[in-house]
Amino acid sequence: MDEKGFKLGEDAILLQPIQRTGKAFYFTLFSLIAVILWAAGAYIYQYRDGLGVTGLSRPIYWGVYITNFVFFIGISHAGTLISAILRLAKAEWRRSITRSAEVITVLVLFFGVGNILMDLGRPDRMLNILQYPHFQSPLLWDVLSISVYLTASSVYLYLPLIPDIAILRDHGGRYQWFYRIFALGWSGTERQRRLLERGIAFMAILVIPVAVSVHTVVSFVFAMTIQPMWHSAIFGPYFVTGAIFSGIAALIVAMNLIRKVYHLEDYLRPVHFNNLGILLLVMTLLWFYFTFTEYLTTYYGGEPIHMVIFWNKFTGRYAPYFWGMFLFCFIIPLPILSFGKTRTPFGTLIASISVIIGMWLERYVIVVPTLSNPRLPNEAVHYFPTWVEWSVFAGCVSFFILLYMVFTKFFPIVSIWEVREGREKSMAEVQERIKTYLPGIGVE
Amino acid sequence: MHRWGMVIDLDRCSGCQACMAACHAENNIAIIGPEESAMGRTIHWIELLPFIEGEYPHIKARLLPRPCMHCEHPACIKVCPVGATYANEEGIVGIVYSRCIGCRYCTTACPYTVRSFNWYKPQWPKEMEGSLNRDVSIRGKGVVEKCSFCHHRLLKARERAKAEKRELLSEDYIPACVQACPSNAMYFGDLNDPFSTVSILSRERRAFKLLEDLGTEPKVIYLSEGM
Repeated sequence: MDEKGFKLGEDAILLQPIQRTGKAFYFTLFSLIAVILWAAGAYIYQYRDGLGVTGLSRPIYWGVYITNFVFFIGISHAGTLISAILRLAKAEWRRSITRSAEVITVLVLFFGVGNILMDLGRPDRMLNILQYPHFQSPLLWDVLSISVYLTASSVYLYLPLIPDIAILRDHGGRYQWFYRIFALGWSGTERQRRLLERGIAFMAILVIPVAVSVHTVVSFVFAMTIQPMWHSAIFGPYFVTGAIFSGIAALIVAMNLIRKVYHLEDYLRPVHFNNLGILLLVMTLLWFYFTFTEYLTTYYGGEPIHMVIFWNKFTGRYAPYFWGMFLFCFIIPLPILSFGKTRTPFGTLIASISVIIGMWLERYVIVVPTLSNPRLPNEAVHYFPTWVEWSVFAGCVSFFILLYMVFTKFFPIVSIWEVREGREKSMAEVQERIKTYLPGIGVE
Repeated sequence: MHRWGMVIDLDRCSGCQACMAACHAENNIAIIGPEESAMGRTIHWIELLPFIEGEYPHIKARLLPRPCMHCEHPACIKVCPVGATYANEEGIVGIVYSRCIGCRYCTTACPYTVRSFNWYKPQWPKEMEGSLNRDVSIRGKGVVEKCSFCHHRLLKARERAKAEKRELLSEDYIPACVQACPSNAMYFGDLNDPFSTVSILSRERRAFKLLEDLGTEPKVIYLSEGM
């Protein structure tokens, strides 16, 4: 394998998923495809008959699809944002996790956008958004910021991939032509490295404000209306926090799976889960802070129109969802993440799954109760998602997992060159850096 | 320039729902079966809202006919991503059905919940299909619709005035609900004309607007009952 003077050495295991594919992979693949086909059938049924096949009605015009839209866009904040922040902070432990995070961002964005398109009554007219754009509408702000985000995070995923694609090109595996095109003639010269590093640093800075803007604008879809418990100035930061919260959780789940399936225990170590666990703990507390502020403000103000919805969530029809959210977002993850002993890969996995469920419920509890309690008297209708909506949701999740799996079969899910760079150069670099921080060790 | 507005005198309204029936016939509103209706999918461009006031035994139920408010500052127009809902120069809020993408942002943004959505392809019993109003376009599956103040009647009246080589008079144009009201509880006309009936009534002490504090400035004005 090592012709062309190329040595993979101890990192050979990172290419194994690309070189060898087991039965389990195909089994999972076909199960996922089955779910996706089922969901596609459900959607075609909805497309043909109309949105009547959902549980929606007047006044609950938005339901699971909009919840999913906010939820998936939220998950997408895992990657790019976390990876960019860790890169900029020069956190050395980032090296083996950034790739898996960035992939989540790019792939899950499609399902965020997809859900809002599937929610349209006339999806065949969606290009009207480009033909007759009305910039006063927050939905159009979404279109803009999400397209910028998708572009930026795709570039941000691609740039650090280039050296790894070159490794694959030089390695004599399958699809040589494919890797040759996308390696862009990378040969690892000093100049190329400098350019790449500059590009990555630039993108890392660029994607942070873009990512923050995306979920802020998503929250604006609700906050810009005058509906009770939506019309809130806190929604921007509240949504961004929730997004990063669920994003980190999704990343931890993905890392756990990658670690187990591809036997990468050496690369994704307990310390990674510990560190991400601490980050998730911070977000848990921040999430609680925002939730508490939001509901206390409403309660203290006590406006009847708000209080109807407030009690609907606390003790009424939506109480199971609301308290479920509180349980999954706070009560379960908090103790697990608070102690070093339980901040293990498995412990953080449990906490993360809980957070993901909780954050989906949070989105649901924001969207539906407000719509069920309009200002004027209304027929008492109840919303419960139908099998079509659940199927489409299951299809989205399966499709995302499928794309993620396929990605790992074409590209190394742990960045090979970054890990090597860490091994070869970081030690000296960090030493140099520490010298600049402290007195007394400057001269040797 | 006219500024079309409606006044509804709740003292005179008997809650007979003639306005609703007239509206359904006039505007080709789809008939939805009882099951769909129970799910909350009925389409009404005007409907009677039940307001229950007080507590037992001092309880009082009021019915309030609610068409589209045709707000001066409508929440629905701002949020439409494709500009499918708009206000014309005379203040009537309309929808371009052929442009609507069915995102239902306007339906959620409207504080009066007046907007309806076509969950399915609209259908009528066979016997009725021949008697649809040819002046009003049929809304397809997946678009939003709502009261237009019978805008097609305005267009017709304007054409007639033009043919007769005269100015359009306020009396030329009246929506179906106002025309059908048997107890004369509804008035329609030009709010810009200080001497029109609606204009005079809108300045009465009994006059109020729905959810006035939201600043939407509805052009439907109610006269409260029992004074």
